[in-house]
Amino acid sequence: MNNTTGLFALPARILHWLMAAAILAMLFIGVGMVASVSERHAWLLRIHKPLGIAILLLAVLRLAVRLRNPPPPLPADLPAIQKLAAHASHWLLYALMIAMPLVGWAMLSAGGYPVMLGDSLRLPPIFPAGPVAFAVLRHLHTWLAMLLFLTFLAHLGAALYHGLIRRDGVLASMVGGSRKS
Amino acid sequence: MPDPHASTVPLARRAGAWFLVLALPAACALAFAWVGGWLSPQRLTPRRLIDQFQANAGVHPGYRRNHAKGVCVAGHFDSSGEAAAYSVAQVFAPGQRTPVVGRFAIPGGNPYAPDGSVPIRSMALRFALANGQQWRTGMNSMPVFPVATPQAFYAQLQAGQPDPATGKPDPKKLAAFFAAHPETAAFRAWAKTAKPSASFATDGYWSLDAFVFTGPDGQRHAVRWRMVPEAVDATGAAAPAGQPDYLDADLRQRLAQGPLRWKLLVTLANPGDPTNDATKAWPDDRRTITAGTLVVDSEQAQDSGPCRDINYDPTVLPDGIAISDDPLLPARSAAYADSYLRRTSEEAHLPGTARVDTKPQAEAHP
Ligand code: HEM
Ligand code: HEM
Ligand code: HEM
Repeated sequence: MNNTTGLFALPARILHWLMAAAILAMLFIGVGMVASVSERHAWLLRIHKPLGIAILLLAVLRLAVRLRNPPPPLPADLPAIQKLAAHASHWLLYALMIAMPLVGWAMLSAGGYPVMLGDSLRLPPIFPAGPVAFAVLRHLHTWLAMLLFLTFLAHLGAALYHGLIRRDGVLASMVGGSRKS
Repeated sequence: MPDPHASTVPLARRAGAWFLVLALPAACALAFAWVGGWLSPQRLTPRRLIDQFQANAGVHPGYRRNHAKGVCVAGHFDSSGEAAAYSVAQVFAPGQRTPVVGRFAIPGGNPYAPDGSVPIRSMALRFALANGQQWRTGMNSMPVFPVATPQAFYAQLQAGQPDPATGKPDPKKLAAFFAAHPETAAFRAWAKTAKPSASFATDGYWSLDAFVFTGPDGQRHAVRWRMVPEAVDATGAAAPAGQPDYLDADLRQRLAQGPLRWKLLVTLANPGDPTNDATKAWPDDRRTITAGTLVVDSEQAQDSGPCRDINYDPTVLPDGIAISDDPLLPARSAAYADSYLRRTSEEAHLPGTARVDTKPQAEAHP
């Protein structure tokens, strides 16, 4: 094994927790703003777009960090089915943290909106304008967000299960400190 | 053995651990549902506003849920340069010409409503700035709005919902609404004398909501704007009686003779003028500048024209123009987005959406 510390590399850990906070915030901001007609709608949307694009950039950086720093192996005694679930859900999380911002950006492009990240910072459109594409992408943004949230819930439950029930060092590998084994 | 420690950990601690493993995700899910409004059915959401429009006017797939009947237009805006001292928006630069795609409409969710059924007309514009930014605005042909908040707007819609027995709003409910909302007085005074105009071309259109300009010096200015028509009513011109669809024909006829023009007037607030209350006009003596001229030179049917798939969200603004503290603006943005998603979903024939009806029904909704 390349990874001998039993820990995720420090940059990987920093990125994990930073992005966990950011992505969770985005999910709450998203459902909060579309259910609000108050001033909150305006200022949440002003945060939502730049933060979403920041997540896209961080996700690319994170995959690069992962390529250079292989993660620690899961405990050898973990049942194969749980290993599979862990790996599949991690890749789903990676896929969604890249897909969500891209779909958000594409749906605004398809709706013919200027993709403004601030008062004057504008991203170019990445999808041709059209009502069919807009409607499909806008619904996709919602459904992928719900899938992301459900995957997060399972991920949180699994992390706590490792940390509190199995106490096998998996949680510690992301929190930092020493891995007991 | 999957859990080597299990046998050594006391039962109570293991139960506590399992509780946390399940309770933390459950608490997250609950918080998510609360923020998303699923646990608070009384919260005013964009969806409930749009549902109320549909309750009042029926569901007309593919059409806007309000201002459903209208026509696309196109043209350009020529800046005079006068507004450049107050806003850095490129559209106001001296000599700047900006292409515009617009829409004239009448309020209400029924795309087959007779033109004479309301005294209000609307103008919506999308300015496509050379730098790629956009300015979208929707304006109505009245000097004040009936209400100041989305809650009051919703209450007004509810009061105006047709009674299933008569097909008309219940006058008692409307009276009760107006009694409970004295801020509607200025609008009602205007509505008493307002007559449905015979032409989109002779009306003026007001932003009603306040916005904030930012000038080259970084100074912020609260503003409202309006479009003042160059065309004037021929004396005695009245809406043709008994005809449901004269506005479109009139527009086509006028455009066949040449472009139509409006002056864009921007009014600067004095300190203390209300920016959060569209029911209150600002005093007449406020400084007003002529920002430029809107030229409309063509029209297209809304079923296929370029305005069909535009959401005239008044919070889509270029650098140099921003929203004010007017509570109607975020509500409009949220509600227009929901209306836009419904009508584009219907155009896309997505499952679960109403089918697009291509021809008017004989029994139009009241
Ligand atoms: C990690 C990234 C993102 C997450 C987790 C996320 C999540 C969400 C969620 C949960 C909603 C509410 C959906 C609903 O209930 O219908 C939403 C709406 C929205 N998102 Fe995102 N989003 C992300 C990135 C983006 C990006 C990058 C953009 C644009 C550049 C964007 C633009 C929007 C817009 C405009 C809406 C609201 C549209 C409306 O008012 O109808 N999102 N997002
Ligand atoms: C939205 C929020 C989150 C996202 C998107 C996320 C994403 C991820 C991803 C993609 C991995 C796989 C890392 C890799 O193999 O390269 C991972 C690992 C991990 N996460 Fe999260 N995470 C989130 C929140 C959390 C939270 C709240 C916790 C703890 C309470 C947590 C605990 C862990 C642990 C312990 C690992 C290591 C698993 C292992 O050793 O394979 N995560 N996370
Ligand atoms: C909370 C208050 C308001 C609500 C809920 C509301 C709702 C709506 C909705 C749902 C649409 C259809 C949007 C679409 O599908 O594209 C619409 C269109 C429109 N509204 Fe409002 N509105 C409000 C206030 C105002 C105000 C204050 C004005 C005037 C200045 C205004 C002017 C317009 C215009 C001009 C259109 C037509 C835009 C077009 O031609 O596409 N609205 N409104």
